[in-house]
Amino acid sequence: MSDTVRTVDAGTASSPLLSVRDLKMHFPIKEAAGLGRTRKVVQAVDGVSFDLRPGASLGLVGESGCGKSTTGRMITRLLTPTSGQILFKGTDIARMKEKELRPFRRELQIVFQDPYSSLNPRQTVSNIISTPLRVHNLVPRGQELARVQELLERVGLNPEHHNRYPNEFSGGQRQRIGIARALAVEPEVIIADEPVSALDVSIQAQVMNLLEDLRRDLGIAFVFIAHDLGVVRHFCDEVAVMYLGKIVEQGPREQIYSAPQHPYTQALLSAAPDLGTIRGVPPKERIRLVGDVPSPIDPPSGCRFRTRCWKAEDICATQEPPLTPKSKSGPGHRAACHFAEPKVDLTAATA
Amino acid sequence: MTAPANDASKGPQDAMVDTVPSEGGVTREQRNPAVASRERRTTAMSPSGETPYLVVEDLTVQFPTADGLVSAVNGLSYSVPLGRTLSIVGESGSGKSVSSMAVMGLHDRKRTRISGSIRLGGDELVGLSENELMKVRGDAVAMVFQDPQSSLHPLYTVGNQITEAYRVHHKVSKDVAKKRALEMLDLVGIPNPIRRFKQYPHEFSGGMRQRAMIAMGLVNDPKLVIADEPTTALDVTVQAQILDLLNNLQKEFGSAIVLITHDLGVVAEMADDVLVMYAGRCVEYGTAEDVLARPRMPYTWGLLESIPTVSAANERLRPIKGLPPSLLSLPGGCSFNPRCPYADRVKGERCTTDLPDLLRVDGAGAHTSRCHLHDKASIYEAEVAPRLG
Repeated sequence: MSDTVRTVDAGTASSPLLSVRDLKMHFPIKEAAGLGRTRKVVQAVDGVSFDLRPGASLGLVGESGCGKSTTGRMITRLLTPTSGQILFKGTDIARMKEKELRPFRRELQIVFQDPYSSLNPRQTVSNIISTPLRVHNLVPRGQELARVQELLERVGLNPEHHNRYPNEFSGGQRQRIGIARALAVEPEVIIADEPVSALDVSIQAQVMNLLEDLRRDLGIAFVFIAHDLGVVRHFCDEVAVMYLGKIVEQGPREQIYSAPQHPYTQALLSAAPDLGTIRGVPPKERIRLVGDVPSPIDPPSGCRFRTRCWKAEDICATQEPPLTPKSKSGPGHRAACHFAEPKVDLTAATA
Repeated sequence: MTAPANDASKGPQDAMVDTVPSEGGVTREQRNPAVASRERRTTAMSPSGETPYLVVEDLTVQFPTADGLVSAVNGLSYSVPLGRTLSIVGESGSGKSVSSMAVMGLHDRKRTRISGSIRLGGDELVGLSENELMKVRGDAVAMVFQDPQSSLHPLYTVGNQITEAYRVHHKVSKDVAKKRALEMLDLVGIPNPIRRFKQYPHEFSGGMRQRAMIAMGLVNDPKLVIADEPTTALDVTVQAQILDLLNNLQKEFGSAIVLITHDLGVVAEMADDVLVMYAGRCVEYGTAEDVLARPRMPYTWGLLESIPTVSAANERLRPIKGLPPSLLSLPGGCSFNPRCPYADRVKGERCTTDLPDLLRVDGAGAHTSRCHLHDKASIYEAEVAPRLG
C-alpha cells in the first residue's frame, strides 16, 4: 500500500532530538527493620541510555516491572530521575525546576495506557483538550473550541462531540481523546505508554493506524512502550529490550526480530504466541524461561538475567556485561551479554 | 425461569441411573437420574466428530435491565469432547465469558434468564437447583479466571483454599487433603510447595498465583476446565509457561478445555476447535485449522487482519471499521453488517434484513459460518489471504 511509506531514514544524519544518558530511578522503600533501619531502594531503572532522532520511533519492550514505564515517566518528567541526563535538543531537563521545565513540557507529551483512568470524568472533552492550550497560551481566547474541534477531527472523532463527557465514549474513542490532548500542544516527542493494550483487537488496529498517520504527517518522534512484540514490530524502527531496569539489547527492528543476540530477547520472541503455525509455517523453536523476574530491590549480581538464563556461567555472576556491539551483529545492534550470538528464525517466516 | 429442564419435563426417569460410558468423575451419588436420561441428541457433534463431553445447545442468556432486555448470548451451540480444547474468541461484550459462566451456573438466578441446554456427560445442567449445581461446580467442571489476584481470597493461605476445594467434594481428613494440595502445587510447577502452602496470595507473583488457581481448579480431577482469559494478565514468558502447563495437564488427565481468549495467537497455539463470537452469536465455528487458515466470515477476516504479529511484515493494519454494536439495539439482519466491508456484495438488502443462519461452509465437514456472502472461499483466497501474508 502506498501510504505505508515510512520515513525510516528520517534524520539518520541529523543529531538526536532526545538523548537519555545513564538514567536511573531508585525508589526508596520504607521497611520496618528494627533499630538499624536499612535504607533499601527499588532499582526500577538502572542506567538506561538511548537516542531518539526527529520523527523516529523507538520501542521499549519488556515484561512488567522492567522499568519501561518508569523510563517514559522520567522522560516526561512526571518523575525526577535519581541520576542521569535527559537531553532534549542538548538541554538537560533531568533536574530542571518546574518553572524552567514548562516550555519543555510542551515538546514532550505522553499518552497513557488506561483510557479510563487518564481522563477526568467530570470534565468535558473540550475542556480536557483545551487545558494544555490555555496553559501554554497557544490559542487566543475564544478560539479554543475551533482548535479542539480540529484536533478531534484529526484523531478521527466527531467534532460535534466536544461537549460530551468521557463516559460517553468507548475505550478506543477515549484513547483518541488522550491522543488529541497530547497533540494539542504540537509536541515533538510523544511517549506512548502501552497506548493500545487496553483495547480490543479491532479497535487496537484503528488506534495503531492513527498513531502511524500522526507520525508520518506531523513528523512526531515516538517512544513507544509496549509489552506486545507484534505491536512494537509494527510501529518501531528501533527496539530496545529491557530487563530489570536495564536495556539488554538494542538495535534496528529487523535485527532484533530476525537475529536477536541476547538470550532474553530470544526467549521473549519465542514465547510470543504466533498465528504463523496454523498457516503452515513450521513452528519456531521454543525457549521456556523458568521462574519469575527477580526482585528489583535486590537484583542479582553481574548480569541481571543470569538467574533465568540457560547460558549462564560463573563470569555472569561476577561481571556485568556492557551493552556493546557484538561480532556478528549488524550496525547499531548492541547486546549486553557475555555469550551473545544471533539466533535466527525465532519468529517464523521472517523475510 | 424459562429453563426447559424443569420438573415437568423430566419424563421417564426410573432406573436409568447413568448411561454415560465409563467416564470417571461421574461417581457423584446424588446425580439426578431424571436429568441424565434426557434424550441425547446427536446433532451437536464437535468439529472433530468425537463424542462430546460438554454439549451446549441453543443457549440464550438474557439480562433484564432498566433499558430493556439484553441478550448477551443468543442461540449458542457448541460441544467439546474429552481431551480437546475449544477456544471461544471474540471482543469484549461478545458474550464469550457470559456463556461460560452459564455453563458453571454462576449467573444470579434472579437477574438472568437462561434457556437452551447445557449437558455435561449427558446430564442437563440448565434448571438444576443451586445445591445440585454445587456438586458439579468445582468437581466435574472447574474454572480458571482471568485475574488470579482477585479470584483468590486474600485472607486465607493458598494451601487452605486448595484443601477446601478438595474437601468440599471429598469426605477426607485434613491431612489427606493437605497431601493432595501439596501434590497439586507440585504438579503445576510451584517450587517448594511445603513453604508455599502456608503462604498468602499476596506473597505469590502473578504467574505463581495463576498456577495456584490452576492447582485449585484441577484438585478434583475435573473433566472440563473452563479457562477464562487465563493468561491475559500475565507477561509473555509467563504466559508461555502457563499455556504449556495447561497443555501438559490436558495430555495427562484428558480433560476437555474451553479456553476463552481474545488473543488469536494463543488460540493458534492451544485450540483444537475455534468458535468466533460476535454480539452474542456464534459467527464461525470449526477446527482451528478451518477457522484460522480457511476462515469464511468477514468478521474473522477482520480479526486476523487487525493483529500485528511478531512475524508479520511491516504493512499497514486493516482494522475493522466502527465499533461493536450495543446489545440493547442490535442492528437488523446480520449484527456485523454495519462494519462489514463485503455487505454490498450481497444482493438486495439481505444483510440488513435477514439474520444469516449458521451454515456449513462447503456442504461437508463441520466448519460453519454465519454469512450471506456467496463465494466466501474465493473472496478469501483472492483478497484476504494475500494481505495476511
